[in-house]
Amino acid sequence: MRVVIAEDLALLRDGLTRLLTAFDLEVVDAVDNGPALLPALLKHKPDVAIADVRLPPTFTDEGLQAAIAARAQIPGLPILVLSQHVEQMYARELLSDRSGGVGYLLKDRVAHVGQFVDAVRQVAGGGTVMDPDVIAQLLARRGSDQPLAALTPREREVLGLMAEGRSNAAIASRIVVTEKAVSKHINSVFAKLGLPPSDDDNRRVMAVLAYLRA
Amino acid sequence: MNRASTSRLRAAARQVAPRLLAAGHGLATAALSLTVNTTLFALMATAVALVPVLGIGVVLVPLAAEAVRWRADLERRLARWYGVDIPSPYRPVPAAAPLGSWQRFRHVAADPATWRDFAWLLPGAIVSGLLGIVAISLTVYGLEGTLFVPVLLYHVLDWYGYGVTWPLDNLTEALLTAPQGVFLLVLGLVVAPALVRTTFRFSRLLLAPTASALLQQRVERLTTTREATVDAQAAELRRIERDLHDGTQARLVSLGINIGLAEELLHRNPQKAQQLLVEAREASGQALGELREVVRGIHPPVLAERGLEGAVVALALTLPIPVRAEVALAGKVEAPVESAAYFAIAEALANVVKHSRATSAAIDVMHHAGLLTMRVTDDGVGGADPTGGSGLRGIERRLAAFDGRMMLSSPVGGPTIVTMELPCVLSSPRTSPSSGTA
Repeated sequence: MRVVIAEDLALLRDGLTRLLTAFDLEVVDAVDNGPALLPALLKHKPDVAIADVRLPPTFTDEGLQAAIAARAQIPGLPILVLSQHVEQMYARELLSDRSGGVGYLLKDRVAHVGQFVDAVRQVAGGGTVMDPDVIAQLLARRGSDQPLAALTPREREVLGLMAEGRSNAAIASRIVVTEKAVSKHINSVFAKLGLPPSDDDNRRVMAVLAYLRA
Repeated sequence: MNRASTSRLRAAARQVAPRLLAAGHGLATAALSLTVNTTLFALMATAVALVPVLGIGVVLVPLAAEAVRWRADLERRLARWYGVDIPSPYRPVPAAAPLGSWQRFRHVAADPATWRDFAWLLPGAIVSGLLGIVAISLTVYGLEGTLFVPVLLYHVLDWYGYGVTWPLDNLTEALLTAPQGVFLLVLGLVVAPALVRTTFRFSRLLLAPTASALLQQRVERLTTTREATVDAQAAELRRIERDLHDGTQARLVSLGINIGLAEELLHRNPQKAQQLLVEAREASGQALGELREVVRGIHPPVLAERGLEGAVVALALTLPIPVRAEVALAGKVEAPVESAAYFAIAEALANVVKHSRATSAAIDVMHHAGLLTMRVTDDGVGGADPTGGSGLRGIERRLAAFDGRMMLSSPVGGPTIVTMELPCVLSSPRTSPSSGTA
């Protein structure tokens, strides 16, 4: 699997490269600023890109903007965005093209090396991985959030775990039910959110999107 | 009577009633000024004259000045009814200067407003008396003619005159007093409000603060707010230091210890070593989490990345209730003001969540005529007390540091509206207002 990294701090850039290489992912390019990211992606056409939100030269949300711009040029290009803080607003912006292959994680999560590499692979495979902090903020919401009002608490929990990028098996073991029960919940969520039958991955993305929109 | 004529009558009454009232006010202020002002003038003059006499005046002058200030403040309040704004010019009384003390006498005597009030008493009485009497006389005299009172009196008395006819010689002349009366009544009603307003405008000449008094008030306010700002900043730095010292630093120390131990045990007890490394990783995560909170408190990253517009929309998304955020700014707010604005809005929203029991809220941010206006509205229970909550006072302090202010409208039963203003200029015009609903 071929990866392009955009991270301005050498310490983190090298750490990420070392980590990914240890798990047999090939880092084909590592850039240290926003403007260099897009050409690198166009040149290498990697399986997945990993970008820091804040990059030179502006040190604002250069990395996020570059990621969104790259996906406009290479539709569906899997991108995992890392940051020192997570904002629901950014999560929505990343997901707004509705095509999956998006991840958004706190940099802290890199320390869980195994889980982090799993997340990279999921994003590369077209999945959606949202940081648990984004999900926790959503769960803290009270009141009748529109599309989600019809869901049972269990269904909301399952949807939240889906948004974190967990597989049916992982969700099953997390909430201690059978995989069959999980897929029943998921189908119920799809039905309640009015998602038409299509391939399962796309419906998962749409469900997560509905969740983040709430 | 049909509905159309009823409403016409109502409209006429709406026109006439306040003008009649103005004539009445003219009479009232004339009476007030002519009696109270002259009395106060005599009192003050006596008090001043008694200063050399065993220092009796030292006690009396502040007392008399209190009375004069009461009268002047009354004039300021009355003037506001007529749209004439007369700000209060007095210097704040020092705490260690009770009535009767030498310090109080010095303070009162040194305040130019005392002597401007004194100077106003007699001219104020004359102007108010003249204009007030003109207003009431025209109206009452006109009313007399309009109601055919001269015709009646012409019949009853042998000799009576009205308007331009002195005396009335025949019935025609007597009947002609009615149109004169109507003319005078209309004239009286037209000029009465203007005459009363003119009285207050005259009062403003002496009762409003002078330019130098205004400047002094401003300096006093700035001194107070600067002290508060410096205090708040020092407290903020202490809080950050404590957070870093007790939280992050402590965690990093324990992290180092765990890694060191794991290093020792790597060969002797690999299982224990692994457990220590798991703990170390968890400690690093906690340290990062705490550090993130500290950073958010200093300067929220999203503010640095997206400016005020983005940060407010992002903030709206994090609240447990739906919040509509509407930010219309044509440029960028300078960084220190931006930060103050952000924290003020965040504090106001935190209050909404904590106290209002609201089910939804709205943020509106706009910039107009050099003023950044932020309004936070909620549909909660209302009844917020601006002096009670530390949150609201915190907002005031934050804004005051930039010469801004906060206004609160919170009737019991809601809605609560917090309006915050910060004077500032926008730089480097940007397009596309950002808005969002959470």
